[in-house]
Amino acid sequence: MKRESPLSEIVLQIDGKAVKATEGMTVLQAARSAAISIPTLCHHEKLEPYGGCRLCMVEVEARGRKNYVVSCLYPVARDLVVRTRSEKVDKVRRVILEELLAHAPHSPDLVRLAQEYGADKDRFEKESSFCILCGLCVRYCAEVKEKNAVGFVDNGVRRKIRFVPEIASNECWDCQECFALCPTSYAQATYFLTEALAFPGRRISWTR
Amino acid sequence: MPRLRSPAALEELRADIVSRRAACKPCISVCCGAGCDAVDSARVVKALRDEAVKQGGKVGVKATGCHGFCEKGPNIIVTPGELCYFGVGPEDVPGILAGTAKGVRIDEVPFYKHQMRLLIGDNPRIDPTRIEDYLALGGYAALSKALFEMTPDQVLDEVKKANLRGRGGGGFPAGLKWETAKNAPGDEKYVIVNGHEGEPGAFMDRALFTGNPHKVLEGLIIGAYAIGSHRGFIYTRHDSPKLIEHIETALAQAEEYGLLGGDILGSGFDFRVEVHFDVGIFVSGESSALMRSIEGNPPEPRPKYIRTSVSGIWDKPSNLNNVETWANVPQIISRGAGWYNSIGTEGSKGTKLVSLSGHVVNSGVVEVPMGTPLRAIVHDIGGGVPGGKPPKAVHFGGPMGGSIPERLIDTPLDFDALAALGAPIGAGGLLVMGDDTDMVDVARYFLEFLTNESCGKCVPCREGLLQMLKILTNMTKGKGRNGDIGRLEDLSDVTGMACLCALGKTSCDPLRSMLRYFRDEYEARIPVE
Repeated sequence: MKRESPLSEIVLQIDGKAVKATEGMTVLQAARSAAISIPTLCHHEKLEPYGGCRLCMVEVEARGRKNYVVSCLYPVARDLVVRTRSEKVDKVRRVILEELLAHAPHSPDLVRLAQEYGADKDRFEKESSFCILCGLCVRYCAEVKEKNAVGFVDNGVRRKIRFVPEIASNECWDCQECFALCPTSYAQATYFLTEALAFPGRRISWTR
Repeated sequence: MPRLRSPAALEELRADIVSRRAACKPCISVCCGAGCDAVDSARVVKALRDEAVKQGGKVGVKATGCHGFCEKGPNIIVTPGELCYFGVGPEDVPGILAGTAKGVRIDEVPFYKHQMRLLIGDNPRIDPTRIEDYLALGGYAALSKALFEMTPDQVLDEVKKANLRGRGGGGFPAGLKWETAKNAPGDEKYVIVNGHEGEPGAFMDRALFTGNPHKVLEGLIIGAYAIGSHRGFIYTRHDSPKLIEHIETALAQAEEYGLLGGDILGSGFDFRVEVHFDVGIFVSGESSALMRSIEGNPPEPRPKYIRTSVSGIWDKPSNLNNVETWANVPQIISRGAGWYNSIGTEGSKGTKLVSLSGHVVNSGVVEVPMGTPLRAIVHDIGGGVPGGKPPKAVHFGGPMGGSIPERLIDTPLDFDALAALGAPIGAGGLLVMGDDTDMVDVARYFLEFLTNESCGKCVPCREGLLQMLKILTNMTKGKGRNGDIGRLEDLSDVTGMACLCALGKTSCDPLRSMLRYFRDEYEARIPVE
């Protein structure tokens, strides 16, 4: 039998500041509650933590051991020491941004972060797809809307998002909430492509 | 078949099997492992059986798992005498049966004589579809000992004292992992065999598991007893029909004899096993991805801020070890940790299976004591590079391993010594590279493999590998650019640090080892301005 116990309060240190948190919180939640900013691309407070973009990586030190972890998943712990910026952390963020800028060099979110971390949008060869596969659309549709109208297909470098025509034709016109979440407008583009190819004309008859 | 209800019944059955064989007619074992199967050893089996029948059945013919010497297949070994014949075709059968064809005693074959074949050595003596063959060699005696003469804690203690380190790649002490799962809260616990073995150049687990499935199963049951688990999983490849057949047969036979299932050997200990198959990508073999796959989800790794031995399949404590690790358990229980510790080096005990391939005269599955210098594996056992030139490099650990130059070839086979050089043993795939090997192209090849096998969830793996692959492809086509080496270093640093799972984190290890030891070959691909 599991006994109910009040969640215990934990004090950890983030960037030299003592931050109060409760057991079960992530380092990212604790930092944001103390107005310490950590950049993220795949995080959304309504969604389960995903750990895909790796931009929220921070340096943690516990019992003398230094480690690099993603703050959106790493649980808070008593006496944990967190550094949200360091030479290594900044390098990780810069290179990840450069990798993503190869896809979406004009995404406002990426451009803003690139300035902060000194990322060069032309460092790597450009890629044809401007999706950065943060999965916000996919996870929002699954977890919040429970429709699964958009999903991931394939793996590795071939991974992409695709709308499922049978579901999208019924569900998406009245929703489209994922469009606003997309950092590159790729979700919109893919949706309208799906519409044009799989169920053209449906929208015209709706709007008339 | 009678269900065995006590250790005495097991020993009675064993004595019965052995006594019926005591008439000791000659036996010819034909290797039907993957390599020999590919050169149609099945035809040799048929020819031998037809001929043996004609001669009145005075000779037994056994289709067995891999003998090890894949280069020279189809291989047969004739007992008594353990005479080896190589490259056997149906036309050689009459001569072999008449005793006119000349065989070589196994202990005079250079490939075999420098080995210590504790795990793979039983393969030529076992028809993998017959549990009786395994029982005749003392099989399941360790299980009986564990269940009736030892407490679970004593079993755990023995494995801890043996310093058995995981053979799947990380070299993590198996006993500590078991202990974590054993002490983790919850009554429902799982034990799992990782039989995925997806990396190119690794074929020893398949050889062992296909050829001697009961050895792995016995180890698993003993582990389950120590940890307090009643449900086990075997996760293996969907594309190895013979392996699947042998595992399923082994499970069914063990269950019929009461060595698996409810009340094993009358001990009151229950344990059942299910077989699950991979979904065809390499990352399915990563422990957390494998567990997601068993749950029925896509094989995407989970961050391991909580260990799978505490929270694995369905968030229950789940202890995963690979095929070779489990196969070591029965001998540790029957012969003791002291004996096991007498083999190997300070930090790496026991023997290690190695898949030897590449530019080497004798390729195959090799088993040597830990601590054996790589030179002995490559030259004494492997026969060196064809043509007699020294190798340029040896590569350990497949697409997540590393290459070391020939000058380091006296390094011992040891988890820590090789990891320190940037060529971790990994699962044990050893690739010999001749002096005309293009080290840029080797790194490119491994990265191409990994970009297709990554799950694609996290950026530094999916995008980092893609960019590294593009740079290396350009370099091999003579289109290297200034700054490419810096780009490769930044990409590999970040991929190594920031990826979600072990596959990602180690995916650029080959490239890093090559930038460490063969940097000049990379620099030569950058145009001088």
